[in-house]
Amino acid sequence: MLNISGLKEGIVLDHIQAGKSLDIYYHLGLDKLECEVAIIKNARSSKMGRKDIIKIDGALDQLDLKVLGYIDHNITVNIIKDNKIVEKKALKLPKKITNVIHCKNPRCITSVEQELPHVFYLADEATETYRCLYCEEKYGK
Amino acid sequence: MRHLLNPLDFSVEEIEQLLDLAADIEHNLPGYAHVCDGKKIATLFYEPSTRTRLSFEAAMLNLGGSVLGFSSAASSSAAKGESVSDTIRMISCYADICAMRHPKEGAPLVASLHSSIPVINAGDGGHQHPTQTLTDLMTIRSLLGRLDNMTVGLCGDLKFGRTVHSLINALVRYPDVKFVLISPPELRVPEYIREDVLKANNIRFVEVGNLDEAMPQLDILYMTRVQRERFFNEEDYIRLKDCYILDKAKMKLAKERMFVLHPLPRVNEISVEVDNDPRAAYFRQVQYGVYVRMALIMTLLEVKKPC
Repeated sequence: MLNISGLKEGIVLDHIQAGKSLDIYYHLGLDKLECEVAIIKNARSSKMGRKDIIKIDGALDQLDLKVLGYIDHNITVNIIKDNKIVEKKALKLPKKITNVIHCKNPRCITSVEQELPHVFYLADEATETYRCLYCEEKYGK
Repeated sequence: MRHLLNPLDFSVEEIEQLLDLAADIEHNLPGYAHVCDGKKIATLFYEPSTRTRLSFEAAMLNLGGSVLGFSSAASSSAAKGESVSDTIRMISCYADICAMRHPKEGAPLVASLHSSIPVINAGDGGHQHPTQTLTDLMTIRSLLGRLDNMTVGLCGDLKFGRTVHSLINALVRYPDVKFVLISPPELRVPEYIREDVLKANNIRFVEVGNLDEAMPQLDILYMTRVQRERFFNEEDYIRLKDCYILDKAKMKLAKERMFVLHPLPRVNEISVEVDNDPRAAYFRQVQYGVYVRMALIMTLLEVKKPC
């Protein structure tokens, strides 16, 4: 069993689908932060069989966790303070996501104006359908 | 400050007010000749259009205002690579309101996010064309006397035809409107119109391929052109362009009190022999388009109706 030391203050992302931790690492912009990050791949899980875990030291105010709701709302977000879990955040599908997915409609204005942010809004929560803010092209998960 | 990007930007009540104003303009045109004195409209047309651009310009001139703008991307700074957001910031310094047509979907929305003047979507790709919708609504209301309780046939290119998408979006808000969607399989309405607009609102509709069979039940027949510029493949265009041609024989199958609308320009889809039929309303529709754009300009500029 791999041993990673505990966190005094930070975030633990648990129950990540095995193999998805690096995607999340980049979506959260962790590569751009200077905090310590531990990525645990293929950890044994009674619930999931195998899972990934990310431990982030500090950075409580620097992360926009809304994007996690889009990637996988089954992820558990544990907020750690003074070596204890002080909050477990429930994830929901975000109403709006920016620059997480890209519009593939060749007729969309984003196809020619490269500097525009790719913004999608939640069109149907039941089917987890997002649509491009500009051209309304559907993006199903 | 308000923009008009999508037919749904205005509530049913606001559209009623707008159409009432347009009807008043129709019956009292000289009374509105100076309500926009000193105001300017910029017509930013990144792709060719005769009707819509001239309709906006005629509307502003009828109100006493003046016009400026360009009529193709080649004659604008877009040819030099200027972004829509930069262009609209510049235009905001020159004009009081603008109408934008752009081949890319969502361009007027981008403009509205950076504009300090009202932006009117004058057509963006195959997406939306709200002022054509307002024109269509005014034409239907003027001719039939109502916007509810009717069967509307939409015929031709229902896939890329933005006027069709906008009109469906607008009409589903009125009670007892049924749609007959007449198209070849390749040009059916996009899935989001079928699922998110029609089915989601429990609207009665059928998708058929035969215009003759549909004719007798229609109160409105909305013909559309198969647009060459929407196809990536010329072969597909040639195969589909003449799939429906409305002629005298087909008109005999229709109700006496049915009206034919078309956003124009037409190519072959309505035979010229239909033009003299009193039910052919597509040229009257053009005139209604000027009145409704006058009403829209006044509304967005918050110009008061003359006493």
